[in-house]
Amino acid sequence: MATDRKSIEVTEQEPPGSSAEQPAAARISRRSFLSHLGAAGIAATASPVLAAAAVPAAPPVEEAPEAAALPGAIPVTLKVNGKSQVLQLDPRTTLLDCLRENLNLPGTKKGCDHGQCGACTVHVNGQRVNSCLSFAAMHSADEITTIEGIGQPDHLHPMQAAFIEHDGYQCGYCTSGQIMSAVAVCKEPVGPSDEDVKQAMYGNICRCGAYPNIIAAVQAGRRFA
Amino acid sequence: MQPFQYSRPSTVDQAVVAGSRSKTAQQYADVRFIAGGTTLVDLMKLDVEHPDQVVDINALPLGQIQPAPGGGLVIGALARNSTVAHHATVQRDYPVLSQALLSGASPQLRNMATTAGNLLQRTRCVYFRDTAHACNKRQPGTGCSAIGGHNRMLAILGTSRDCIASNPSDQNVALTALEATIQVQGANGTRTIPIHEFYLQPGSTPNRENVLEPGDLVVSVTLPAPLAGSQSHYLKLRDRAAYEFALASAAIVVKLNGSRIEYARVALGGVGTIPWRSREAEHVLQGHVANAATFHRAAEAALKDARPASENGFKVELAKRCIVRALTTTTQAA
Repeated sequence: MATDRKSIEVTEQEPPGSSAEQPAAARISRRSFLSHLGAAGIAATASPVLAAAAVPAAPPVEEAPEAAALPGAIPVTLKVNGKSQVLQLDPRTTLLDCLRENLNLPGTKKGCDHGQCGACTVHVNGQRVNSCLSFAAMHSADEITTIEGIGQPDHLHPMQAAFIEHDGYQCGYCTSGQIMSAVAVCKEPVGPSDEDVKQAMYGNICRCGAYPNIIAAVQAGRRFA
Repeated sequence: MQPFQYSRPSTVDQAVVAGSRSKTAQQYADVRFIAGGTTLVDLMKLDVEHPDQVVDINALPLGQIQPAPGGGLVIGALARNSTVAHHATVQRDYPVLSQALLSGASPQLRNMATTAGNLLQRTRCVYFRDTAHACNKRQPGTGCSAIGGHNRMLAILGTSRDCIASNPSDQNVALTALEATIQVQGANGTRTIPIHEFYLQPGSTPNRENVLEPGDLVVSVTLPAPLAGSQSHYLKLRDRAAYEFALASAAIVVKLNGSRIEYARVALGGVGTIPWRSREAEHVLQGHVANAATFHRAAEAALKDARPASENGFKVELAKRCIVRALTTTTQAA
């Protein structure tokens, strides 16, 4: 006997403000919802560092975020993806946390926070580094490139396209770090074989085990570098 | 992480003045230099180090690699590990150093880490890195949790009743075999320290790891002129093929005269509380025929005084085989 659909009403809870008719950009994502909620709620319970990090919620990258009245904050000028911005930062802010929390560039991920996984890989002056082990304040004279800066959905970097083409990811959490490493590999003295690619990429680990496809993606992407 | 004041001097003198205010240059220094940050930021996140002042030395003009007057190579303190590893002169004249650097860490870490920072890297002992556990290196007199605890990765040479923490570096083992010297600028001027005098074994003061005093800033590391006709090689043995510290490693510099060993330098990693120069092995090798029997005798001599802990006895045999294999490889290339 078939289920009587008319008698069962399933009400799906949608995030506030979302609607099938609204364009995607106007729908509130979980991230921005929590950010707007969080400045008061999180600040009430968190340590001073966390509170300070949570205060600049989700401003567009072009505007300087509101300078929080933060004791001990120092001015830091960062040039990220070609744009310079002046920030007031707790000196303890790592480059990783600054990118994610202060500059609303969450494409770079926090995996281990101790330089052991590579998920936080970004480019500083064209060199790949682990952004979790550097203080943002140290980078005033540097050019920083993140995953957001190497391509756009409608204009992908060849390496991003290669990762899609070769299914070089599963959960996607290590992927931006993998891609940033792979892009850097194109400019390093790395041999042509898969073994050479493995040696060059071992600083980026993948819990899902997507390695064979990652290697295939890097080999494909580096032909277009 | 505890709060700190950040500064970025533009001259070495300014940096030395800032560092001189520290009560110590050793564990728990209240003023610390930061270069690559790959050790310091890691330890600050763990609250193993909590300086009140962090002095960023990245603006100092210490990144050059250039020939030493009279032969040899001067490597600036801020030269990144990746730059040194890929430098043509290093690869040609001191391949053991390039191999050692490339065997360590990851490409990202090598792009950040500096020559001098690598000299000063800290032990990976899990108890040192976890402030919930007693550790004589952090606080002398509180006890060593590793003795009788998890000590598989720790030292069998140079240990004491108070500390068995191993020195995890690859670079420094190569530098030891190369007999590098370390140039330091401090409150009282500049001096040069041979690397075999730089490190301190734990004894009863495991919190003191080297001879640096407050204000001391390493400005360069100098390699002597390469010995004509010599070969060098680095062999690193570890649980994984990459991205892992050494269980045992060996840096060899050797020169043959016919089939005899005219010159040999042997240094060990992964097994010592400091980068371990093995004069015992060198004494056996010097003047003898380069064959398996000689190499085995050298390995026995190198590990004669090894004192394994409860979980790392395997390192004694592993280190011997590492020495034999490294000597075989190096002399076959001659």
